[in-house]
Amino acid sequence: MTTVKEREAIASEFAEKMNEDELLNCMRCGFCLPHCPTYIESGLKESYSPRGRIALMKAVTDGLIEPDEDVERSLSLCLGCRACEPVCPSGVKYGHLLEEARDIIHQNKDHSFPVKTIRKAVFSGLFPHQERMQNMTSLLGFYQRSGLQYIARKTGVLSMLPDHLATMEKVLPKVPTKSEMKKRPTDLPSIGPVLKKVAFFSGCLMDTMFLETNKATLKLLQLAGCEIVIPKSQACCGALHGHSGEKEGAKRLAKRNIEAFEADEVDYIITNAGGCGAFLIDYDHLLQDEPTWHERAIAFTNKLKDISEILVDLRFHEKTRLKLPAQTVTFQDSCHLRNVMNTSIAPRILLQAIEGIDFREMKDADRCCGSAGIYNIVESEMSMKILDTKMAHTKSTQADIVVTANPGCLLQMQLGIEREKMGDCTKAVHIADLLVEAAAL
Amino acid sequence: MITKPVKQLLLSIVGPENYDDSKVECLVYSYDATPGYQAMPDAVIKPGCTAEVSDIVKVCSEYKIPIVPRGSGTNLSGGTCPMEGGLVLLFNRMNSLLEIDEENLTATVQPGLITLDLISAVEAKGLFYPPDPSSMKISTIGGNINENSGGLRGLKYGVTRDYVIGLEVVLPNGDIIHTGGKLAKDVAGYDLTKLMVGSEGTLGIVTEAILKLIPTPETTKTMLALYQDLDAAAQSVAKIISNKIIPVTLEFLDRPTLVVVEDFAKIGLPTDVEAVLLIEQDGPLEVVERDMKRMADICLEEKAVSVEIAETEADAAALKTARRTALSALARLKPTTILEDATVPRSEIAKMVRAINEIASKHDVNICTFGHAGDGNLHPTCITDARDHDEMERVELAFADIFAAAIDLGGTITGEHGVGAMKAPYLEWKLKKEGVAAMTAIKQAFDPNNIMNPGKIFAKESRKRVVVSS
Repeated sequence: MTTVKEREAIASEFAEKMNEDELLNCMRCGFCLPHCPTYIESGLKESYSPRGRIALMKAVTDGLIEPDEDVERSLSLCLGCRACEPVCPSGVKYGHLLEEARDIIHQNKDHSFPVKTIRKAVFSGLFPHQERMQNMTSLLGFYQRSGLQYIARKTGVLSMLPDHLATMEKVLPKVPTKSEMKKRPTDLPSIGPVLKKVAFFSGCLMDTMFLETNKATLKLLQLAGCEIVIPKSQACCGALHGHSGEKEGAKRLAKRNIEAFEADEVDYIITNAGGCGAFLIDYDHLLQDEPTWHERAIAFTNKLKDISEILVDLRFHEKTRLKLPAQTVTFQDSCHLRNVMNTSIAPRILLQAIEGIDFREMKDADRCCGSAGIYNIVESEMSMKILDTKMAHTKSTQADIVVTANPGCLLQMQLGIEREKMGDCTKAVHIADLLVEAAAL
Repeated sequence: MITKPVKQLLLSIVGPENYDDSKVECLVYSYDATPGYQAMPDAVIKPGCTAEVSDIVKVCSEYKIPIVPRGSGTNLSGGTCPMEGGLVLLFNRMNSLLEIDEENLTATVQPGLITLDLISAVEAKGLFYPPDPSSMKISTIGGNINENSGGLRGLKYGVTRDYVIGLEVVLPNGDIIHTGGKLAKDVAGYDLTKLMVGSEGTLGIVTEAILKLIPTPETTKTMLALYQDLDAAAQSVAKIISNKIIPVTLEFLDRPTLVVVEDFAKIGLPTDVEAVLLIEQDGPLEVVERDMKRMADICLEEKAVSVEIAETEADAAALKTARRTALSALARLKPTTILEDATVPRSEIAKMVRAINEIASKHDVNICTFGHAGDGNLHPTCITDARDHDEMERVELAFADIFAAAIDLGGTITGEHGVGAMKAPYLEWKLKKEGVAAMTAIKQAFDPNNIMNPGKIFAKESRKRVVVSS
């Protein structure tokens, strides 16, 4: 429930903070509608479309309507996949509008005690601290290795969880041990002549739960001719904060990262998680009101590149023989990689360069899989609808492997495979892991 | 106003999941793609079949509640803005392609079907549905019928009206009628089918339509002619037509439009020329090649800087897609984009383009022009800011001058977008008092309670005609 006082506060901050030019830029042509997953899956509900959401934000800003629960519902149901942005002829920066609106709403709401506690634990207690992320992950590792997982599955305690969460438990990767996580090198030489010096953004989840993928990424970079530094003081990118209305938290993390990556002179900053990349590349927008930081943010974002882009640039796929047993492969775009970082061709070039694979494009590969950060947990109904459509498209390619480029998408696709009981014939992998396998490293 | 008992009646027809009067739902159906028009409906309703539409209309008729049928709200005349409140009627649940009849070459559809879905389905069967409004990825067939939408292929193939041969309509008293049918010939009485198409939801609610299909043309070729002179481009259009060539598409874009479209589409459109013509021909290969060659020659004679034929289908498709985004892309320049729809006989295109430019500088406003030059239908588009009241007044004066100039050249105030709320004050300029009277008599006969999309087409007051010398 939102109280009258909260609504008033939210409304007045909308009027004060929302970018009026950007709201007016939406000329309501509706070109975004056929690209919005929530609009489609809701049976074409205008209030669940970008055009509708912008109209709502504008109406609150103009004082035409109150920011009631329905407004909040409409905004919270947005995946933030930003598929509406590249197709918007007017160039409306929808993602920025959404982030601002969510920030205003959350900062002015007096959340219930449990919600407050969880938000604080996640946003301030966990994600910004890599050490704690490692502890959390090793707890999962303990669960997986100690036999607890076996017992939990055997006794059926998991059936007390909602269906998709119980399934999620099954698809979580086998996590590394704490000592493995701690043994992170800080510098790696190039294999062969040095073509570029790069810094690696290791991420928080990627560097714990998906450590293997990070290792694979580093190997690929070395082989492509990159000398690598991994700044030790880097932090979580802040995407989760930014998307959940915790803008200040996101800003603090952004500053820490900018500082960490300024320490070394590098050509590029490499990411291997579409979601992080998209948030990092928006640091200049996040810090636009702080002139000194803004400059530094621009320098940072100008260097940012996804792993697949640099591999293609350095002609890794031409110089390295990539080969796998005969099988069919399809690619699921990471929304943020595609819609914000503008990377969609490079991963396809790399995959098609692998001998032995038959690359088949799935229908609507560019549509969100429904993962979207913690969306699949907090908005599970819509998320599962979106996932079901995605799995139908995946099935029709008869792919043996679904390749992804973001940890969230990877888990979601694994969840989809598990739900559809396709596990015997299909698996989901991160592109870096597949390339390492193909290069027989 | 919808009272509690009326709401109960409506709920009993469609069920609670298909009726919504929350603020949010009303707000998001308070607008369409027309700048400057917004009004809250009292509720939004989603019928599932014709019988439910009829029952809804009967309730509305009894309690005098306005009804605004709405497709995807992409129209540009304020046609689906609920100016007087009431019910916004959606067709999300009535969106099936009921049949493609390959023997009679017809498609039977429900109004909520997305235009592109129809086009793709008929093309998969080797058939062709020519109307292709720029918004076809989003627009619905019902909306196209209500607004009599045109498109890029209008020059050769005409508009939506030319393909609607039968309708099922719920009249404002709740009666369900059927007009026309799968017939090539039918002269039984008044042609209510044609009357309904383009009636902007003011005479009844279309609940089913039979559309005419034609065989797919064998080949299609697309080319781009570049000009350093606006007039030369316009002259080329006139000369192509007077040489008795009717291409499928003959589109015009001026430089400011080119720049923004390229900024969005990034397909390598030239941005250093004053104007381009996008030309397309279809038909048997020999005919297409002959026509393309002749049109290219004409363009070069009329001082085109260069003429290029798209090499691949993908290139051609990119050009057309880019053109379809022109209006929205213009919104990159300034917050408010007001598009007009003035149409003149094809022979007068050059004069009209000149008149638009003179009017823009006379009123000191920024007008970009693009449009379906081949069929005389231009879209002068004003790039402005609704917050600048002084400029908005000048914009209004400029548009009045543009309509006047179009009419003086034997043209009209709208070629494909409809009159809606936006152009209602100008309708009399085109039709004269007697013409408006004839139309209001029709409206009165169908809808004596004035519940069907009130406030559209007919204005309370007509604008005073300013005589322009052009």
